[in-house]
Amino acid sequence: MSQATFRIWRGDRGKGEFRDYSTEVSPGMVVLDAVHQIQASHAPDLAARWNCKAGKCGSCSAEINGKPRLMCMTRLNQIPLDRPVTVEPMQAFPHLRDLVTDVSWNYEVKKKILRFAPRKPDAADGTWRMEQVDADRVQEFRKCIECYLCQDVCHVLRDHHKHDEFIGPRFFVYNAALEMHPLDTADRLGDLKRRDGIGYCNITKCCTTVCPEEIKITDNAIIPLKERVVDRFYDPLTRLFRMFGG
Amino acid sequence: MADFETHHFDTHQHDVLVVGAGGAGLRAAVEASAGGVKVAVLSKSLLGKAHTVMAEGGVAAAMGHVDDRDNWRVHFADTMRGGQYLNNPHMAQYHAQEAPARVRELEAWGALFDRTKDGRILQRNFGGHKYPRLAHVGDRTGLEMIRTLQDHGIHQGIDFHMEMTVLTLLKSADRIAGALAYDRERGRFKVFRAKAVVLAAGGVGRAFRITSNSWEYTGDGHALAYHAGATLLDMEFVQFHPTGMVWPPSVRGILVTEGVRGEGGVLKNKDGRRFMFDDIPDNYKSQTADNPEEGWRYTQGDKNARRPPELLTRDHVARCIQREVREGRGSPHGGVFLDIAWIKEHIPNSAEHIKKKLPSMYHQFKQLADLDITAEPMEVGPTTHYMMGGVKVDPATQMSEVPGLFAAGECAAGLHGANRLGGNSLSDLLVFGKRAGEHAAEYAKSNGMPAADSAQIDEASRMALAPFERSSGANPYEIQHSLQGTMQDLVGIVRLEAEMARAVEEVGALREKAKSAYIPGNREYNPGWHTSLDLDNLLTVSEAIARAALLRKESRGAHYRDDFPGKDSDWGKYNIAVRKAADGSMKVERVPIVPLTGEQAAIIEEMK
Repeated sequence: MSQATFRIWRGDRGKGEFRDYSTEVSPGMVVLDAVHQIQASHAPDLAARWNCKAGKCGSCSAEINGKPRLMCMTRLNQIPLDRPVTVEPMQAFPHLRDLVTDVSWNYEVKKKILRFAPRKPDAADGTWRMEQVDADRVQEFRKCIECYLCQDVCHVLRDHHKHDEFIGPRFFVYNAALEMHPLDTADRLGDLKRRDGIGYCNITKCCTTVCPEEIKITDNAIIPLKERVVDRFYDPLTRLFRMFGG
Repeated sequence: MADFETHHFDTHQHDVLVVGAGGAGLRAAVEASAGGVKVAVLSKSLLGKAHTVMAEGGVAAAMGHVDDRDNWRVHFADTMRGGQYLNNPHMAQYHAQEAPARVRELEAWGALFDRTKDGRILQRNFGGHKYPRLAHVGDRTGLEMIRTLQDHGIHQGIDFHMEMTVLTLLKSADRIAGALAYDRERGRFKVFRAKAVVLAAGGVGRAFRITSNSWEYTGDGHALAYHAGATLLDMEFVQFHPTGMVWPPSVRGILVTEGVRGEGGVLKNKDGRRFMFDDIPDNYKSQTADNPEEGWRYTQGDKNARRPPELLTRDHVARCIQREVREGRGSPHGGVFLDIAWIKEHIPNSAEHIKKKLPSMYHQFKQLADLDITAEPMEVGPTTHYMMGGVKVDPATQMSEVPGLFAAGECAAGLHGANRLGGNSLSDLLVFGKRAGEHAAEYAKSNGMPAADSAQIDEASRMALAPFERSSGANPYEIQHSLQGTMQDLVGIVRLEAEMARAVEEVGALREKAKSAYIPGNREYNPGWHTSLDLDNLLTVSEAIARAALLRKESRGAHYRDDFPGKDSDWGKYNIAVRKAADGSMKVERVPIVPLTGEQAAIIEEMK
């Protein structure tokens, strides 16, 4: 068994320092295993979130060697172990303790988005009919595990702190899932343009790169939403029709 | 009783307090708030992270979309057969009758299930279900369900308190009066006064070393109810899911969905033999294929074919795997082979087909085990997965024997008996989450706010802080680890009198050791402290499991004893009840099972 060193951020509310911990490496190990071993042996109070340990719940988001990743899905044989592996909290949210950040902003944002509003049922028994191909498109978005790594990497939030004017990639995906849902009837384009700041996204695709569920956030969610907003609010013909059509 | 209003902890008041934010808790909260009362939900983790997200295969509901011979009566009979007739038949009947409506309701709230060719909700095969019955979304059905309930619930005016753990339930005389909790972030105590409490706290998987459960599943609902005076039932029945990952070591126990077998995956030993054909129990012989060709046709929707033996109930499949390993026919890392890649013999473009049907399994093995399931067999072995036992509740209202205390989902007992069928947990949490929420709201409307007991609050908060008072002591992680070893090795899939007796002793010794636990650091987001606080619940449920298993001197469902390998018809008339005696000791005794109605008996007879 070999040893590896983990350089983990320790501290409270933004203040702190990296501390080095050495731990044993066994076959197939992931970064979260290392964090657990360190908790059990050297640092019982090392704060970290986790749940499923299988990439399905999106709790253990962190930055590993500077990259936003799920700790449970980052295998040690995929990163160099000849130098310390840095593990630090996400940067786009207020820091709480060690690897834990305050992600409550995301929950507040979601609450403001217009909820699902289905059309009237298709059948007398109150059920609907949908084609699988129509479901497919939305099912991609509904794979989202809300790890918020896309929010963490987005420069509009991470560097420019536009949390009050911009909802971030996760909630464009959420909007897209609702807008493209075969049954939904609500209209969120006005909110997307004015309140949610979709114009701030300049499609650098960083969000798509870090998504552990491999959702094509930019291509399949954000760009189609941008197009719908543009069609509605900026297309001269549509504006003309609207002006006279009332 | 001291005047509560003078107490110094932050205090909240609600009509209904829900403990747990998995499927059962969210469904209960949605229903209670629809009943017009003020509701709070406390969850140990962030919202949407509960173990329901791990449910893969689907939700069982006899909608008959794929095979119109299906109906609630068949589902009822399947559930009772799977539970070896120790189930509460009234719960099994409500469940089978109401599951279809509960699933359709989710669609009205935005869930997007896979579709049949005519545009309805698609259903798939699963172990122990006679017809294709599981509504699903690929292999991430649980995520779809929890997200649907969460996104619906946040608009219902429910107060969510995330990362909040309950320490004890408060009582006023015999009635439930709320809960004392602490928040993980700051470690502050909070008092939640309530007229009714719904426990929806999930399972006990962390009592075992190899488990598919996360850190949260420490038997909180079971232990809180037990200490509050409720009865626990069927605690000897712990489900070991037959297919967990076994290699590499760090992923040992992570679930491999039964959906793999539902889609045609087969189990083989190291000699390439499909050993499941070697041992088909008598009560399933008439429903089970006796050759591979018929089994394959069943998975592909041939209504005249019987299901392959890989889709027998989980208890049986787990034991067959254990047998192959013990007798030296296992895979290199102590499991057996689960092969879905072989379907290329039947299906053109099988790799794409598998990725479409089982996307997260493909992803999971590719990323965590460097294995392409479309090309190679997986190595799998049993993993602690689900607790059939739990709080004894009224089948219609879900209220326990403690007035005002309700339970739903995994921490309640009754529906599953000695063994749960796959897919019946997601339907369980919908059907009984709704019932619990509805009746908790009704109870709250017809009862006033009980007083909270200051002395109880002081005592519980003082105990919780004890690990910080010491300057040295036992490491809580080590105690947890020892407990997991004890339960895994001595009260696992195959049980023996002497081993279980030793387990009871060891649990007692660990309980003493836990009293000297020491934690460095402070109360703010300190996982060492949280681990030490969870220990008490884990030790309580472990003792209950071991004592109940010792008492049941037969093998039935998930409970298998090498010293009593057969079923005993006399034991088939009893459940085992666990209660806290007046002197604080644990009392374990037999109680008669709930008798079938004439109609229920006729259905079971007809479906035999």
